[in-house]
Amino acid sequence: MCDLLWLIPAAPLVGFLILIVLGSRIARTAVSVIGVGSVGISAVTAILVGVDVIGGTPPGDAFSLLMWQWMNVAGFSAEATLYLDGLSLVMMLVVTIVGFLIHLFSVGYMADDEAFSRFFAYMNLFVSSMLILVLSDNLLFLYLGWEGVGLCSYLLIGFWYREPDNVAAANKAFIVTRIGDTAMAIGLFLLFYSFDTLNIQAILAAAPQQWQPGATTAVLAAALLLGGALGKSAQLPLQTWLPDAMAGPTPVSALIHAATMVTAGVYLIARTHVLFELAPQVQFAVAVIGVLTVLVAGCSALVQSDIKKALAYSTISQIGYMFLALGIGAWSAAIFHLATHACFKSLLFLGAGAVMLSNHHEQNMFKLGGLRSRMPVTFVTFLVGALSLAALPLVTGGFYSKDLILWYAWASPVSTWWIWAGGLVGALITGVYALRMVFLTFFGEAKGHFTGRPGLVMQIPLIILAVLSVLIGFVQTPHSLGNIELFSDLLRNVFPAPAEVSATLSTEALMQIIAGLACLAGIAIAYIFFLRSPRWSSAVAENPQGALLHRFWFMGWGFDRLYDRTLVRPFVFVARINRRDVVDVVVTCIALTTEAFHRALSLGQTGKIRHYAVGMAIGAIITIGIAVLL
Amino acid sequence: MIASVPLEHSLLAAAVLFALGLVGVLVRRNTVFVLMSIEIMLNAAGLAFVAAGARWGQPDGQIMFILILSMAAAEVSVGLALAFQFYRHFKSLDLDAGRTMRDWHV
Repeated sequence: MCDLLWLIPAAPLVGFLILIVLGSRIARTAVSVIGVGSVGISAVTAILVGVDVIGGTPPGDAFSLLMWQWMNVAGFSAEATLYLDGLSLVMMLVVTIVGFLIHLFSVGYMADDEAFSRFFAYMNLFVSSMLILVLSDNLLFLYLGWEGVGLCSYLLIGFWYREPDNVAAANKAFIVTRIGDTAMAIGLFLLFYSFDTLNIQAILAAAPQQWQPGATTAVLAAALLLGGALGKSAQLPLQTWLPDAMAGPTPVSALIHAATMVTAGVYLIARTHVLFELAPQVQFAVAVIGVLTVLVAGCSALVQSDIKKALAYSTISQIGYMFLALGIGAWSAAIFHLATHACFKSLLFLGAGAVMLSNHHEQNMFKLGGLRSRMPVTFVTFLVGALSLAALPLVTGGFYSKDLILWYAWASPVSTWWIWAGGLVGALITGVYALRMVFLTFFGEAKGHFTGRPGLVMQIPLIILAVLSVLIGFVQTPHSLGNIELFSDLLRNVFPAPAEVSATLSTEALMQIIAGLACLAGIAIAYIFFLRSPRWSSAVAENPQGALLHRFWFMGWGFDRLYDRTLVRPFVFVARINRRDVVDVVVTCIALTTEAFHRALSLGQTGKIRHYAVGMAIGAIITIGIAVLL
Repeated sequence: MIASVPLEHSLLAAAVLFALGLVGVLVRRNTVFVLMSIEIMLNAAGLAFVAAGARWGQPDGQIMFILILSMAAAEVSVGLALAFQFYRHFKSLDLDAGRTMRDWHV
């Protein structure tokens, strides 16, 4: 069954090709069959392959499939090879299954859009690129997928390109991630320079022998890869593109946030974890960036009025948890949170999409409300997603993954107390903003202009994702709660075993109670401030300091303004100065001199042929004279 | 017989002929006379070739003269055709009349 691995990225790619070439000429039904079906084929194949791998002996063994020799030049060779191990299996399943459900939802969501086939073409390419990224066995092939993902995010964020704002958002996403991509490309050059290969497994095997822990080259390589991951995963300080990326259609946001794109950075770090272990400073920086991002983005999510923006900041914050986990060496915990996050975040985005579609594309939560009874299915599923995001103890997937991260943040020897504390405060904030969205949108008095419930084709993905969001938690439970380790078993061959933790079962249980209380406290705060007595929240917002803080957080801590002042404006200023091409002055001077000589010489053109003959004669005499004299 | 004529004399004659031709080209304004003067210059060159060939006892000088002769024939046919067109256009054989053909735009 593993031999069918090639079909997984190929099916959406074929779907893309068909749709982009023939899309405008075939019926909408055919477009949706091709668009959804191609990803469906991928998902089914991925599940079959997954069953095969998990059930195989030994479980979780790596498998690689050479598709073709891509290039072989002067000692450098790159193969288009797919590599399947526990990590890529998890990523592949997340991308295909979540991607498939999002595609299915899109059939309903985009039904009235005139560029229906273009949308599905881009979406298919997006999924295909992401699959290439996660299945590639060398960094060059991975980079192909990496850039493909970047391209598709650009195309889809600017999908409604007639609005200048959307185009600006697309450009921003492309340029900001490009900063990270450049760092990553340099990192790849450095790795090739050091190891003469870009094969990931070969590099990971050779690196510990060639580099001492903390060696300068190792630190540099890890830092450059981290730069790429920061851009793609929208972490501090390159997080500014993600809130603007909400300009795209809502299913695109779901795809970017859950299955593709932002998880790529997490995957990259997890995939090259050996390099980060050899560069402890960089790994610690990953944790610090993670915890800062959790708090910064979490605070911004607290005050957003746009439901999609709130979700966007929450994604940045949740990816921050994954970075935190990567930074303290809790590799499998990070990937576990990635998987649970993919389920509940795509659920939340699709739910938000359903809400918007049923309310005249109203995104402002303060203008919505009371949708609980009008959209029961959407309400229940959105609530499940929000509770999973808030990590409601015991029953949601988000609890088990976040709790695992917090537990390692507490217990891991490389972690510090303030990383744990930051994560805990982040959990509290998460609880507040997750339920704030639910309360503002679905409770309270009914506002907004309700136009009808979403169709079945949109409700089914919501229900499936809600079920997944709950069930996925039970594949990995802590020691105090059954100690199921299906998930980390799968990744056992990929990652080193986490450091031995010398903590008793009661300590672990205590930590879980603290984490659970943080979540419940967050939910309680949201209940008090946004449902029971909204006066309190408006009182805080009207207080001068509160208003200032509100505005500061609302604008995402002023990062956009900072970058605008320090980078964009100076650049535009220099560009304006250089509009007349300062550098070209030299070239222009040469041209002007030539022209002046030409004018001087053309004065000799009298039109009298005898004058020319005199010139020739004098010239001949001078030439002969020189020849004779010398 | 021919060998009795010293090389210097024939070269001097060639130089004089060439100078005459050149002066003719430079001072005459009539197209036909200018063409004739060019013929004289060609003949001067031919004379120098023949004299030099006789001096060294080689046939090359005469071969070059044949070449010049045939080239002169070609040149005359082109030159006369030009003169003919010139006259048709300017109703005159005065070469200076052709200065209206210069590029006035510069």
